[in-house]
Amino acid sequence: MAADPTHRAIEAVFRIERARLIAGLARLTRDVDRAEELAQDALLVALTEWPASGVPANPGAWLMAAAKRRAIDGFRHTAMQSRKHAEIARELDEEQGMSAEAVEAALDDPLGDELLGLVFAACHPVIGAEGRAALTLRLVGGLTVEEIARAFLSNEAAIAARITRAKKAIAKAGVAFEVPRGAELAARLPSVLEVVYLIFNEGYAATAGPSLVRPPLCGEAQRLGRILAGLMPDQPEVLGLLALMEIQASRLAARAGPDGRFVPLTEQNRARWDQLLIRRGLNALARAEALGGANGPYALQAALAACHARARRAEDTDWRRIALLYDRLRQVMPSPVVELNRAVAHSMAFGPAAGLALVDAIADEAALRNYAPLPAARGDFLLRAGRRAEAKAQFEAAAALAGNDRERDYLLSRAADC
Amino acid sequence: MRVMVFVKATEDSEQGMTPSPELSQMFIDMGKFNEELVNAGVLVAGDGLKPSSFGKRVAFDGPSRTVIDGPFAETRELVAGYWIWEVKDMDEAVEWVKRCPNPMFGPSEIEIRPFYEMEDFGDVIPDEAAAIHDGVGEKLANR
Repeated sequence: MAADPTHRAIEAVFRIERARLIAGLARLTRDVDRAEELAQDALLVALTEWPASGVPANPGAWLMAAAKRRAIDGFRHTAMQSRKHAEIARELDEEQGMSAEAVEAALDDPLGDELLGLVFAACHPVIGAEGRAALTLRLVGGLTVEEIARAFLSNEAAIAARITRAKKAIAKAGVAFEVPRGAELAARLPSVLEVVYLIFNEGYAATAGPSLVRPPLCGEAQRLGRILAGLMPDQPEVLGLLALMEIQASRLAARAGPDGRFVPLTEQNRARWDQLLIRRGLNALARAEALGGANGPYALQAALAACHARARRAEDTDWRRIALLYDRLRQVMPSPVVELNRAVAHSMAFGPAAGLALVDAIADEAALRNYAPLPAARGDFLLRAGRRAEAKAQFEAAAALAGNDRERDYLLSRAADC
Repeated sequence: MRVMVFVKATEDSEQGMTPSPELSQMFIDMGKFNEELVNAGVLVAGDGLKPSSFGKRVAFDGPSRTVIDGPFAETRELVAGYWIWEVKDMDEAVEWVKRCPNPMFGPSEIEIRPFYEMEDFGDVIPDEAAAIHDGVGEKLANR
């Protein structure tokens, strides 16, 4: 089937329309599983009819109309069992009398409200973060269960179960497929952004396995971020997150050496940084700041990434500004990891002694006990302070804690250099 | 994958822009299409180019370099504008192009070309050349 150009064209149309179809159908049926089925049914109808009739002028509206017809048939079928279904079937029947233009208008979703509603439902806090990520990739990103499993280095059964649980949680909580407004939007937006950034990070800093980066996941997260920024252009943190991802992704090609070895930021070949993504990131950051969002957690992290992106050479990096940004970030996003990065920034801006003082203050944090970057940072400060033997021990301790093979090799090579 | 989408020139576009209701409508339609591309997370960059009468060419032949002023004759091969899109594959790029409103008055063409990606260079560029490329890039970055 994949070789036939007509079928390939239909599949491409379906990929473009799928998320919007599911969004509209989920709102109609209040049932994600049913919405997915109906969308899939509509694809099957298209695959039968379009090769003869040609792809219609507005394929999205066509697919939606076909799916709605199936929905009505289904509702009629179960109408005897449920009064509610009978009512919906009648409403839909009335809609069937609409002209093609009216169907199109009904599907026309200029604000992208339906798609956004689907994103908010898939990222609802009643679902655990991993479940949200899998469901969002499936429903909005259109990835298959197999693709998601490969991306998360999991197996298909586990991912399928995760998605099923997530759908059940939505159904049980009676989550509406609507975009929350006002205070509720502010309360639920972080959970959406968290999911997108989790997907990005899973690709950017692979937490396990032989490969350092998994660019397809980064690309999917960037795409989600761009969609959200398109649909919510006035939300500074959406722009902040997009800026952060674009700038970090600009370094993907430089992060791994030719042998797959991890290359730290200061040693990367900056000619390999994707200037187009950097420009996009800086633009998004400027928009976030213009909207008064400079101190949002994502905007601050994007501003940090931007400091590196603006430095043509590693030695041009404005470490004092980075130290200042970390001072602000710890106010809005207190975490041991931020404290550690702050220590690194201060060591670069004010010398290794400043870094050591800050890192000693947080060394007892439970969250950092088995965290490889802590001894790695301390090793770096000690080495720069000329305390080689102590530095070596720290690098070795860090290597023992590293979860990623590539990172472990890097840390062992640093220990060997002491 | 990243693709560059070229809007090819026509006799009309080579004349430059003259304000008219039709042109205004085209801008509105194109704006809507661009918005759709943004909302789908597809649009990365894009711009329009002035007619070739503003352009110059440099012809190479051995050691000689000859500067040729525009306008250039082979109108249909000229580029009037471009987008950079991020799409899953060429099929998706084709579907998006089909949705583009007519970019010109009268018949015209849009061409889609995928970018080379890192791995495409693997076997083509010898190590020595890759090192020079990186070196040049580094100098560029170090400017």
